Amino acid sequence: MGKLIKPRDAKETAEAIAWAAADKVALELIGAGTKRDLGRPVAADHVLDLSALAGVRDYEPAELVLTAGTGTKIAEIESMLTAANQELAFEPPDWGPIWGAEAGEATLGGIIACNLSGPRRIKAGAARDHLLGVAAVSGRGEIFKAGGRVVKNVTGYDLCKLLAGSYGTLAALTEVSVKVLPRPEKLRSVLVFGLNAEKAVAAMAAALNSPNDVSGAAYLPRPIAAVTGVARVVDPGTSVVALRVEGTEASALARNDALRELLGPFGPIEELHGMNSSRFWRGIRDATHFVAGENTIWRISVPPAEGARVALAIADSLEAYFYLDWGGGLIWLSAPERSDGGAKIIHAAIAGCGGHATLIRASAAVREAVPVFEPQAPALAALSRRVKEAFDPLHILNPGRMYADR
Amino acid sequence: MLMPTPDSRVIARRADIATALRRMLPADSVIDAEDARRAYECDALTAYRQSPMLVVLPRSTEEVSLILAYCHGEGIKVVPRGAGTSLSGGALPLADGVLLGLGKFNRILDIDFANRCVTAQPGVTNLAITQAVAGAGFYYAPDPSSQIACSIGGNVAENSGGVHCLKYGLTTNNLLGVEMVLMNGEVVRLGGKHFDSGGYDLMGIVTGSEGLLGVITEVIVRILAKPPHARALLLGFDANETAGACVAAIIADGIIPAGMEMMDRPAIHAAEDFVHAGYPRDVAALLIVELDGTLAEVDELVGKVEAIARQSGAVSVRSSTSEAERARFWAGRKAAFPAVGRISPDYFCMDGTIPRKKLSEVLTRMAEMAARYGLRVANVFHAGDGNLHPLILYDANRPGDLEKAEAFGADILKLCVAVGGVLTGEHGVGVEKRDLMGTMFSDVDLDQQLRLKCAFDPGGLLNPGKVFPVLHRCAEMGRVHIQRGVTRFPELPRF
Repeated sequence: MGKLIKPRDAKETAEAIAWAAADKVALELIGAGTKRDLGRPVAADHVLDLSALAGVRDYEPAELVLTAGTGTKIAEIESMLTAANQELAFEPPDWGPIWGAEAGEATLGGIIACNLSGPRRIKAGAARDHLLGVAAVSGRGEIFKAGGRVVKNVTGYDLCKLLAGSYGTLAALTEVSVKVLPRPEKLRSVLVFGLNAEKAVAAMAAALNSPNDVSGAAYLPRPIAAVTGVARVVDPGTSVVALRVEGTEASALARNDALRELLGPFGPIEELHGMNSSRFWRGIRDATHFVAGENTIWRISVPPAEGARVALAIADSLEAYFYLDWGGGLIWLSAPERSDGGAKIIHAAIAGCGGHATLIRASAAVREAVPVFEPQAPALAALSRRVKEAFDPLHILNPGRMYADR
Repeated sequence: MLMPTPDSRVIARRADIATALRRMLPADSVIDAEDARRAYECDALTAYRQSPMLVVLPRSTEEVSLILAYCHGEGIKVVPRGAGTSLSGGALPLADGVLLGLGKFNRILDIDFANRCVTAQPGVTNLAITQAVAGAGFYYAPDPSSQIACSIGGNVAENSGGVHCLKYGLTTNNLLGVEMVLMNGEVVRLGGKHFDSGGYDLMGIVTGSEGLLGVITEVIVRILAKPPHARALLLGFDANETAGACVAAIIADGIIPAGMEMMDRPAIHAAEDFVHAGYPRDVAALLIVELDGTLAEVDELVGKVEAIARQSGAVSVRSSTSEAERARFWAGRKAAFPAVGRISPDYFCMDGTIPRKKLSEVLTRMAEMAARYGLRVANVFHAGDGNLHPLILYDANRPGDLEKAEAFGADILKLCVAVGGVLTGEHGVGVEKRDLMGTMFSDVDLDQQLRLKCAFDPGGLLNPGKVFPVLHRCAEMGRVHIQRGVTRFPELPRF
């Protein structure tokens, strides 16, 4: 029976990992544990619980930077930022409920380790783009730091980018500094109804190629639009394209009007205001519409212009539901359970255009059997393995979480 | 500046190596004549010069792969070079190394408006990408001052910034994909026309790696729809402190300008004497604030910034009312480096970043240092993101001046780190700041970075002598010595 080790600071974290390295035992790294089932099942002897590395250490609104322990809950950070009229612009999603956890539990460390982002990815970037500095413990049990607390910094390798999205397989993050930005004053969403997927991607491209600074571009086919819980979206009983503009009041309203005019030729137009608009985009961000039931969930990143074609091909073969975010560049897919989770069909569908698919929810047996992350060409796989060993030579941090052989 | 000791056995084989390379490349792609090699002896950091052993100018990924695989097999060092505009000596050649120039990779391969991206070879200039898409209303956002000459591959290697990165990000935030050749000749593709990585974000680590991890042979960048309107404000202050306070107040008000630049009195005078931009000569500091977006947004924000500037104690406030006037406001700032070049035979351009709140403290202490060293300094900087560009004026022909300027520059960068900032914001470490890395990073921090280098280039053949002050052999770095934490660990809380 494994131990649950809960260090209280970076030094204890380093001691725990040094102990594991000396005994060559593997650790599963968790924060709040909300995304424990995201990734391949980890073959670990013990659990290293980083949730006690919590607390905002430094927050200077005028410097646009916040430093916190990685166990700090996103909800706590967001309430602090809201009070200063700021936010994490990459829209950290709240995915816990996908695997049955409570909402609002996700930690900053977990969001960074998985490099997650919401609909604003197209404008503001992902978690990686907002990570300014880290303190971490490598698989050697050594405390190291990288980056800093300023936005512009090219001193040494940008280890922050590498550690973001490494799913705890390179190092245990103990403290991070992130960029924060002013919260937009006004939010409007322009809706276009009744488009099929191809027309929807064309409409989103028209909006994204216009200078209206769109900060969200999603397409919900009819069955998904029907369960958004937002009356203006549900009532027309058809598919919806949504385009979000944010900024100062005068600016958001002007761009809202410009988009209405631009998209008029595509179909009937409506708009969403304030609370409704926030709720709508939160649903897109958190895949709320796919949470119920046991369906297999995939998240697939492709060139935006390919989104409709790829989504339709997969949805047809797997009898799946889908919706598009990122102007067509992100496909969320919910499919009935299958022995391979649909992996073969999905990888074949994106092979032609480039992109990557992540298996978000499936049984442990399926996640053990099929690639959860995009399979890599041999040279890239070998390089990734060497990178892993540069940080964790003994393979004791989350072994197997990303790939079966490392 | 101490570079790795050249290996005389390699240099002795120069003719044989040239012959071997000519079997892989057209004869005129291998340069070994001494006078022709000398053209590559430095980049834009001209204080350091070294003629390379050989120069190769490949035209294709396959040729790059052949060259690197050969050099890897023979244990020959390689220094990649884009347009040679590095301000930190990133492309400084080695006496026993092959200089691999990417100047022939000069084509834009694909313009894809549906996916809002451009695929280019690494030798294409930064500005050429914007020019290729400007007709359709798009642009490539990162705009280093050298954008007319610097190459997109070099931008990736250095993670270049520019005036507009306050709002639109650095190269790393605008890059979608790269093709790269590893030192062993293997070709890997990272990213594509989609967002994020399916595995480790190796593209993120390659960006800004200063040519130490691989040779970039293709680049995919995002393009953005050009904002329809832009206006600039020219704000004068009678003290650096009040200008700094104004910068903080603008950001505290929730405004992220497209650009926010500051110049101090020596820089203002140098620029005004040179281009006659109409800058006030009687102010201590000048801010240029640019706002872009829709007409409604720009006009609203210009009004807000004017009010904030007056509250902050600006002694002159002007807002551009035409494109010509906006260009005039920028003219002096854009010509600041050559303007300083006119008033001094030589200058060093430093590049630290500091927390914005430390601006006036750092300027005051920098003035004290200037007096102590007996050298003049002019300051232009990206005030919005705290990225300083102090220009240290010196005369290389005056004995001891270069050494004094180097020491002064090192003191400025140490000060930046001491107040919570970093050594370099956008110019890179290169050879220039290499020996200062220890002021920011511990040995453990640097060893971790070097182990990453070993994963890409175990022989340490790619651009050695740059970025890291001390090089260890990879085999040494890879050994695992674990000290078991026997005393405290058993007391950790467990459940």
